[in-house]
Amino acid sequence: MRRKLSKIPNYIGLALFALFALIPFQYMLATAMTPLSYSMPYPPILVPESLYFGNFVEAWNANHFSQYFLNSLIVAAIATVIIMLVSSAGAYAFARMQFPGREFVFYLYLFTMMVPTVTNLIPQFLLMKDLKLVDTYLGLLLIYIGIGVPSNTFFLRNFFLGLPKELEEAVIIDGGNHWQIYWRIVLPLSKPALGTFAILAYSNVWDEFLIALTMIKTPDKRTLPIALRLFQGQNLNNWGLIFAASLIAVLPILIIYIVMQKKLIRGGAMDGMLKG
Amino acid sequence: MASSKRKFMIGCQQWLKALPFLIFGFVLMAMFILYPLIRNIYISFTDFNVIKNEVTEFVGAKNYLDLLKDKNYLIAFRNTLLYALVTVPGQMFFGLILASLVNSVRKGQTFFKVVCYLPVITSWVVVSLVFKYLFMSGKGGLINYALMQLHLIRQPIAWLQSEWTANVVLWLFGIWKGVGWVMIIYLAALQGVPSEVYEASEIDGAGAVRRFFSMTLPMVRNTTNYLLTVLTIGAFGAYIHVMMITEGAPLGTTNELMNYMYNTAFSTYNIGSAAAQAVLMGVIVLILTMIQRRVSQDQMN
Repeated sequence: MRRKLSKIPNYIGLALFALFALIPFQYMLATAMTPLSYSMPYPPILVPESLYFGNFVEAWNANHFSQYFLNSLIVAAIATVIIMLVSSAGAYAFARMQFPGREFVFYLYLFTMMVPTVTNLIPQFLLMKDLKLVDTYLGLLLIYIGIGVPSNTFFLRNFFLGLPKELEEAVIIDGGNHWQIYWRIVLPLSKPALGTFAILAYSNVWDEFLIALTMIKTPDKRTLPIALRLFQGQNLNNWGLIFAASLIAVLPILIIYIVMQKKLIRGGAMDGMLKG
Repeated sequence: MASSKRKFMIGCQQWLKALPFLIFGFVLMAMFILYPLIRNIYISFTDFNVIKNEVTEFVGAKNYLDLLKDKNYLIAFRNTLLYALVTVPGQMFFGLILASLVNSVRKGQTFFKVVCYLPVITSWVVVSLVFKYLFMSGKGGLINYALMQLHLIRQPIAWLQSEWTANVVLWLFGIWKGVGWVMIIYLAALQGVPSEVYEASEIDGAGAVRRFFSMTLPMVRNTTNYLLTVLTIGAFGAYIHVMMITEGAPLGTTNELMNYMYNTAFSTYNIGSAAAQAVLMGVIVLILTMIQRRVSQDQMN
């Protein structure tokens, strides 16, 4: 009994941390559920007066917001699938094949992982200009994939190295080749890891801001983060609308996170990819 | 002679087999990371004309030397250093306390982990918007309201309208956003410590505070070093919060390196200077990474 009681201060501390983490979200939600008023409400509203969803409806319908949502959904999905395919194939070569210079090429991958994304922005933009791919999804996707491949190759290689080799040897005895091992054995065995990395890659692309802001010019092609920024510019004091739009934008990631929280937290702890 | 030729042939065959697996990833990586990296270094020594989309003149180290004289760049540098100096220890301090608390309880552990990790997974853009709203000037802003209710301030503060209060908002943002991530990393380290160690010290009658300093801290030293570097690199590269909350206002006094670089490139179109800024950032990150490698190697030996 004494032991249990002695934990009370710890729970008070935890509750304080949780409160600080949650208040901004609660404030956002309460504001999104409050009809427009042109001056800041006083006192600030932390509990909405009624269940009002007008802002959500308006945000969804206003300014092509649903279009941007769809854009982000598609861009992130395509990028994720290709990143996972390309990375897992490369990771397989690094983990299971012998070839001269393997270490050197692998170190190149490691080196590119250290290059901060932002520092390459200008030459990437110029390259896209040369290729006439500015303002196209192809250009945007190529950069997202190029950036996503090294780290995912690295982590998948580490995962593949930990897989037992016995099953693969059986395939080789049956006269199978590397493609069969990769496709029939390694990929199915790696489903949990692939899933985790895919989710991380997806949320990275979903939230990506600067590259999309630089590459995409046509309003119709915008992805959600840029749309949100411009949305805020257009609706300066209409915070209810802005936060309704924001909540719609974070919803997919929140849902994935809460459903998959165990795996994701571990995945995030491994490499901090979610740190953005 | 014959054997080296044979070796070469085997090498070629091995490459032929590996190439289909490697080629796509390698080409993408080379095109969109390695090549831009080299081109960026080249551009940093030139004058680049955006409209013609070409290098007009080789200017040597001029872009770099100009930066040393650019008052706004130096302010951005100072702000980035301060941001790192405040937010890195801040995140680690609160992150470690939070991790110890989470580790000390059984019931509700998952709940607190999930809740405190929410800021980490939420988009930087959205969180920045919330912070802008939290720190609204006038008595209706939640932070002003809370501080006035607690009688800590008499008049509402116009947080984003003056240099230091605006920087404080950016710092608080950085700490709030990162604590959950630090907690997860520390938690992994703490859970590697057998609980008997704690129980033994509890029986010894060591107080919680003393236990924290004499046992917990030394045991997570490796993690602390790792976090120190990763968080510092993160702090140097951060920009979205500045773009969304202050946009450098008032008068560029809250700019940080990366958003200043972005503005140099895409608002004033001084591509050469922006490339030089990018190279400097790359060098800083490289040095930090090498320090981390060295430290973690020392620890292994």
